[in-house]
Amino acid sequence: MASVHAGPSVLVVDDEQDFVETLVKRMERRGFKVAGVGSGQEALLLLGKEHYDVVILDVMMPGIDGIETLREIKLAWPKIQVILLSGHGGEEMGLRGMAYGAYSYLLKPVALKTIVETTYTAFEEAGVR
Amino acid sequence: MSVFGLKDLGTKIAITALGFSLIPLIVLGATMYSMFASAYHTKVRSNLMTLAENKRQGIDLFLREQVSQLRTLAYAHSIEDLSSQEKLEQILSTMQLSSRTFIDLGLINEEGVHVSYSGPYNLSEVNYKNEEWFNQVMVRKIYVSDVFEGFRGFPHMIIAVKKQERGKVWILRATIDSDIFDSLVRWLQLGDLGDAYLVNRNGELQTKPRFGNKSQEIYAAFLGSPFSGAKVAEFESERKKVFVGGIWLEQKNWLLVIEEDMRGELQPLFETQTATWAVVGGGIIFIIVGTLMITRMIVAQQERSEREQAQLNEELIQSSKMAALGKLAAGVAHEVNNPLAVIREKAGWMRDLLEEEDVKASPNFQEFGDAVDKIEHHVERAGQVVHRMLGFARRMEPVCNDLYINDVLKQTSAFLDNEIRFRNIQLVWNLAQDLPTIQSDAAQIQQVLLNLLNNAIDAIGRNGNITVSTGYDDESDMVRISIRDDGPGMDKEVQRRIFDPFFTTKRVGEGTGLGLSISYSIINKLGGIIRFDSEVGHGTEFTILLPVKHHDRKE
Repeated sequence: MASVHAGPSVLVVDDEQDFVETLVKRMERRGFKVAGVGSGQEALLLLGKEHYDVVILDVMMPGIDGIETLREIKLAWPKIQVILLSGHGGEEMGLRGMAYGAYSYLLKPVALKTIVETTYTAFEEAGVR
Repeated sequence: MSVFGLKDLGTKIAITALGFSLIPLIVLGATMYSMFASAYHTKVRSNLMTLAENKRQGIDLFLREQVSQLRTLAYAHSIEDLSSQEKLEQILSTMQLSSRTFIDLGLINEEGVHVSYSGPYNLSEVNYKNEEWFNQVMVRKIYVSDVFEGFRGFPHMIIAVKKQERGKVWILRATIDSDIFDSLVRWLQLGDLGDAYLVNRNGELQTKPRFGNKSQEIYAAFLGSPFSGAKVAEFESERKKVFVGGIWLEQKNWLLVIEEDMRGELQPLFETQTATWAVVGGGIIFIIVGTLMITRMIVAQQERSEREQAQLNEELIQSSKMAALGKLAAGVAHEVNNPLAVIREKAGWMRDLLEEEDVKASPNFQEFGDAVDKIEHHVERAGQVVHRMLGFARRMEPVCNDLYINDVLKQTSAFLDNEIRFRNIQLVWNLAQDLPTIQSDAAQIQQVLLNLLNNAIDAIGRNGNITVSTGYDDESDMVRISIRDDGPGMDKEVQRRIFDPFFTTKRVGEGTGLGLSISYSIINKLGGIIRFDSEVGHGTEFTILLPVKHHDRKE
């Protein structure tokens, strides 16, 4: 499968293997440079080695959860934009995430279109800033 | 307890209360009356006995006096004097100066021949030898006769005394004025219908009663052998009811009969009877009315408290349903949303792959496409349900602002303008202009209003009216919003379940059945009340009451 990595580089973090796998494939197809990992620890390890513009982060995960991971990322790489993704709804969680510097908060199941658009705007805004 | 049970309870209370109050009342009335009646009867009887006794003494005294007067005459004067017609007339006229009791006076010798006679009748030649009384006086010395007709053919009575002088027996005889005697007996009138008279041992009248034609039955009980003291009996006939007192004279074998009109004597008793029954009757009516009032009050009170209890139970059930659903939703949301997200991505991936040339060539290309569409559509639907359910899970404190409810209503209805126009529905506003502003959460109220307006529109379908009205209730300090539609209304079964989560009357896929349960929990959280009134064929009206000042209702 030939793909051109012209857009922002994206890291998908979710303990749901199937979700990560499919989202990675679909975003690659849309021209993103995408990687996927299954936990917060793996994400932080990978970010230490490689740079990603945007992180799509599931909130509810075993081990260190999304909010904790978000704080770590923002501490180490403040420029990385984080989009929170959750199946467990509630503005409360979203507001907490936003307070820790997440760019946006999306509720599962969410259309790919929305993810893609949010990723672009997040990336663009980061650039502007 | 059902309404039927309450009616039963009312009847039981009424019967018990009536039984416990009426029976003693009636028993009391009857006992008092009968005791009074018997005491009164006793008193009347003893009065009558005293009266009879007194009267008997009077009559006995009279007879004794007459006899002793005659005897005095016989012994005070010599036979010589008495034998003289002239002397006898002188004696009689002297006597008659003071008392006219003696009508005549005559001296009879032992042959029964009148020796001398003074009086209005011509009896000088009469021989009494064979008369009953003559024989009696010869034996007894003193004789008082019964009333008899004698030689004159006129009822009269005589008294006679025997005197022995010069070895011969003489009899002094006097006739007693029966009118004087009659009036003596009748003396002391006894009420309007009372009577008094004497009868002999054979029951024959000896004095003229006040009212003639005495039946022997009246005093039959006292005839026979004489008794001492007075006796009282009661006599009833078709014409009269009387107390009859009887007493035997001492001077003569005569029975004094006294009649007293029972009605007259017992008048006070009848009055007492009437008064007793009036009081008892009044008491009965009073008690019945009181009992019915109390019963009605108790039943109404019971009904009210049962209704309140039922309502409270319903509210409890409703809020526990909400709480349970909230917890369930929070737990389920995560577990369901993640698989939904995977399904969505997988379907998306399939759609991506459908772009590939080789797949496009497949004869089922269209089918694959449609299938993916459907999967995405239904994932969307499932996601929405879960998100709505999460509405319960949210424990967001309401954001309180000053709101003017009329404005909130106008803003909310604006969202539905197109829909309303399209369905040809008239929105009728009936808003109170003097509403106070309230402290509440605009967004949440808006959500509720949107739900109710949507339901009203759906209920009507096409062509109808929705009336939105507002008002202020002084007493509870609450603002009222009511939304009324003229749709088909709801039957009882539907009414019972409308606040239940997932209960819907809409077609599958058109409603989640969460709108009203969410509305309910929102209004509850805002410290308000939501209720409805619906009748099949007449539409439905939802009413929301919101407190002017927000008091958070802790669950």
